[in-house]
Amino acid sequence: MSTAAAKEFRTIENIVGPLVFVTGVEGIGYSEIAEIILPDGSIRRGKVLETQEGRALIQVFEGTSNLDPGSARVRFTAKGQEIGLSPDMVGRVFDGFGRLTDGGPPIIPDKYANINGVPMNPYARDYPNEFIQTGISTIDVLNPLVRGQKLPIFSGSGMPHNRMAAQIARQATVLKSGEKFGVVFAAMGITFEESNFFIEDFKRTGALERSVMFINLADDPAIERISIPRLALTTAEYLAYELGMHILVILTDMTNYCEALREISAARKEVPSRRGYPGYLYTDLATIYERAGRLKGKDGSITQIPILTMPEDDKTHPVPDLTGYITEGQIILGRSFHAEGVYPPVDVLPSLSRLKDKGIGKGKTREDHAGVMNQLYAAYARGKNAQELAVVLGESALTPLDLRYMEFARRFEAEFITQAENENRDIEDNLNLGWKLLGILPSAELKRIRPEFVEKYYVATE
Amino acid sequence: MATERSSGTIVKVSGPLVVARGLSGSRMFEMAKVGGLGLLGEIIEIRGDQYSIQVYEETEDIAPGQPVEPTGQPLSVELGPGLLQSIYDGVQRPLDKLMAGYGEFIVRGAEAAALDREKKWAFTATAGVGDEVGPGDILGTVPETELITHRIMVPPNVSGKIDSIKSGDFTVEETVAVIVDKDGGKHECALMQKWPVRVPRPIDHKLAPITPLLTGQRIIDTLFPVAKGGTACVPGPFGSGKTVVQHQLAKWADADIVIFIGCGERGNEMTDVLMEFPELTDPKSGRPIMERTVLVANTSNMPVAAREASVFTGITMAEYYRDMGYSVALMADSTSRWAEAMREMSGRLEEMPGDEGYPAYLASRLAGFYERAGLVVALGKEQRRSSVTIIGAVSPAGGDTSEPVTQGTLRVTKVFWGLDDQLAFQRHFPAINWLTSYSLYLDVTDPWYDEEVYPDWSKNRRQAMLILKKEADLQELVRLVGMDSLSPADRLLMEAARLIREDFLNQSAFDDIDTFSSRKKQALLLDAILHYYAVALKHIDEGAELASMLDLPVMEDISRAKLIPEKELDARFADLKIKIEKAIKESAAPE
Repeated sequence: MSTAAAKEFRTIENIVGPLVFVTGVEGIGYSEIAEIILPDGSIRRGKVLETQEGRALIQVFEGTSNLDPGSARVRFTAKGQEIGLSPDMVGRVFDGFGRLTDGGPPIIPDKYANINGVPMNPYARDYPNEFIQTGISTIDVLNPLVRGQKLPIFSGSGMPHNRMAAQIARQATVLKSGEKFGVVFAAMGITFEESNFFIEDFKRTGALERSVMFINLADDPAIERISIPRLALTTAEYLAYELGMHILVILTDMTNYCEALREISAARKEVPSRRGYPGYLYTDLATIYERAGRLKGKDGSITQIPILTMPEDDKTHPVPDLTGYITEGQIILGRSFHAEGVYPPVDVLPSLSRLKDKGIGKGKTREDHAGVMNQLYAAYARGKNAQELAVVLGESALTPLDLRYMEFARRFEAEFITQAENENRDIEDNLNLGWKLLGILPSAELKRIRPEFVEKYYVATE
Repeated sequence: MATERSSGTIVKVSGPLVVARGLSGSRMFEMAKVGGLGLLGEIIEIRGDQYSIQVYEETEDIAPGQPVEPTGQPLSVELGPGLLQSIYDGVQRPLDKLMAGYGEFIVRGAEAAALDREKKWAFTATAGVGDEVGPGDILGTVPETELITHRIMVPPNVSGKIDSIKSGDFTVEETVAVIVDKDGGKHECALMQKWPVRVPRPIDHKLAPITPLLTGQRIIDTLFPVAKGGTACVPGPFGSGKTVVQHQLAKWADADIVIFIGCGERGNEMTDVLMEFPELTDPKSGRPIMERTVLVANTSNMPVAAREASVFTGITMAEYYRDMGYSVALMADSTSRWAEAMREMSGRLEEMPGDEGYPAYLASRLAGFYERAGLVVALGKEQRRSSVTIIGAVSPAGGDTSEPVTQGTLRVTKVFWGLDDQLAFQRHFPAINWLTSYSLYLDVTDPWYDEEVYPDWSKNRRQAMLILKKEADLQELVRLVGMDSLSPADRLLMEAARLIREDFLNQSAFDDIDTFSSRKKQALLLDAILHYYAVALKHIDEGAELASMLDLPVMEDISRAKLIPEKELDARFADLKIKIEKAIKESAAPE
């Protein structure tokens, strides 16, 4: 339909960081893709960030090094950024521009889709309420993950978030069988070693056969990191809603994504909000995270586990903060647990899954799940308080009941939180483990659990 | 209407901001259709010949040179029967119709009328031919839902004599009455009227709020009540339960009409509301609460400019039902997202930023919004008294309430429910911090409660607050020197405070019974806990051992008392008080 075919210009005026200003242009659409052709014939791709009469601003994905305003040509494609989609993508590895990098045969796309996606009508959404069993106690019992949820892992440098994400990708099952399950993995600015860990782990466990990987390493162009999550999610939407698969999307590391966004914002001299991040960071992150979900009348689903490293383990840093406002809960890893050798080092108290209530209970996990979850939380919180008190005043100052709570907290950390990297705990076993630990406390203390369940499951430990 | 409006041409596109030239005759805040797809936008700045338009849809592919068509209308909402039970986006497009017409995703340029044009409503005229009517006078009624009778009013700018009026079945656009003004001009009145969202609907006059809004949430109703027609804000970091508090209020508030605005929030949460509300019934009438609810859902991934509009769309609908004489409660979750949308547009307009990049007019916009709440006497002969109560959630960045949106909100709202993530971590819900929260309506609500609900209401409330404050002081001491150093009376106070916290303030939104407490139950429950404290204190003063007052089996009864069914309140609580007295007496002086 477009009357103007590809328009080509030789009029680059300025180059500032990743941005290129082209003059003398006409009718360039916002957000369309431009190709910058170097004299040697190589092509760099970019996206129009702002368009005016006679002037367009392009953000170049592959960086602007070696660009010479005099010799480079710019061609506008009159199309937004698209990705070719096909069922054959499963099992393959792509780069930050959607090109294959695994050396395998090319893929013939069934269709092309704009990577920016279209917002889902909230009315068309189906509420996520199917429990996903990850085999990790701190997630399954305390912060249950459901299909269609977005549950990030807030971590810090040097903590085992990657191992944990790989364990989830490996073990995640729904308590119903016979459904197609897949993983879309998007890596933004992670190191070769981290990326290699995932690829090897996926290969070793056979997960690669049901995965699509998009990899942008730390030394790849930073600007490509802005497209990667969108490429991954467009692929995920295709697999989920058109092929009916249940897709787990792992995005790592979102902090690198946000830094790439900040880089562009700074180059455009935009008014910054907190810590130099652009004012639209929340909106931008939402266009990524909100692409998780389920649709009424469709089989597939998209569940997201974004991973981000909190600078200085600071939860109030804009990246974790804004993420937390969009995602449905968060799993927070604790540095002190990690130092004590606890794996997975999930800091239980501030971790939360907002969609837990609809995914658990009778018919889904077990009738006593909600009560056990709340009781474990409350008891652990009280145990930790008692521990603090004991540090200041000595154990002798504690009441016998507080001593029991302290004992509970200690064993909770050692037996419940801690588990092996290949240990896949069934939800039933997990809840029984919870009851075993609650047995340390007198039954009258279990106020968060319905009396009939206390009657049924409670056994006092000697 | 007099000025000619010419169509314009786009000269610049930057995200949701489009600049066009040649729109002479168009005014500030008028709507325009942008580009070939006719995307909806609003003129927000005029500099010479350059008109800046914020576009309510994604602007990809929009290019300089494309046309802009002015509509001559400001951003308006349609008001009439059929609003209730609807779910709209930020610019009042019905999401269910969009789904039926365009599929699961919101495509650009999608259009759907806010009110169904086909549906016939049964209109019963209550005014007659020859009646002199003015703005706000009622022409007739339409049974909109089982719960709500929709009153068709004379629009705010019309008055005169009724020339004709007829009962019968009409669509929202058909004329039901003709009014002739004193100059002989004829005004055709339909069931539907339109109103620009940025202009508050006129009222006769405002009154000071007098009655509390019942929410069924113990910490709110008892300790920090909000009055009907008042304003409240709920700030809290993520994970502290803001949204659950807002949902609880939307479900249980005893307003006639509830408007819930999901402004830049999570899609799945909106779905939760959409799926859950139709199944909930109003405790008073037994009808589904959707019959009194309008939902506005502009989730965080929907266009940012429409998010800015969603708050105004919601409040205008609220004012419309207020004008009919209903009490309306409006929940906005979250106003921070609204403020961020303003910030984004302000940045694109290259305005000089104020605090943290927010525009300098942030505080005045916030104040303008909250001032649209109030207890009023509506326009019209009947002098109907009605109210709009606004409860706004605030999501401060990093949980730091010193940021501009929270501060701007605190200056204009009278109730503060401060959410505390430390309480949430202990799974104490609602995680409203009783030490930092406040209500400035207490001097109004205390006498009302004492009179209407329970004679000792305000006395008990004051005592409970005192115990909680004292507990916080004592806790400092305990941290330094240990529990043993406290006097028996102080130890008992700590115990009473624990009971108030765990058995009164802690309330489960997910338990079928506990999710809503009537005022009477709240009064009796607090009274029972304070009764324990009073009796035990008396025994201690008389020399009883402290240990004999703690860990009594009757504590179990107190902690389960919140689950006593509404019908058995009087008898069971009277029993409980006797049981408490007996248990303490026996324990203090065993036979």
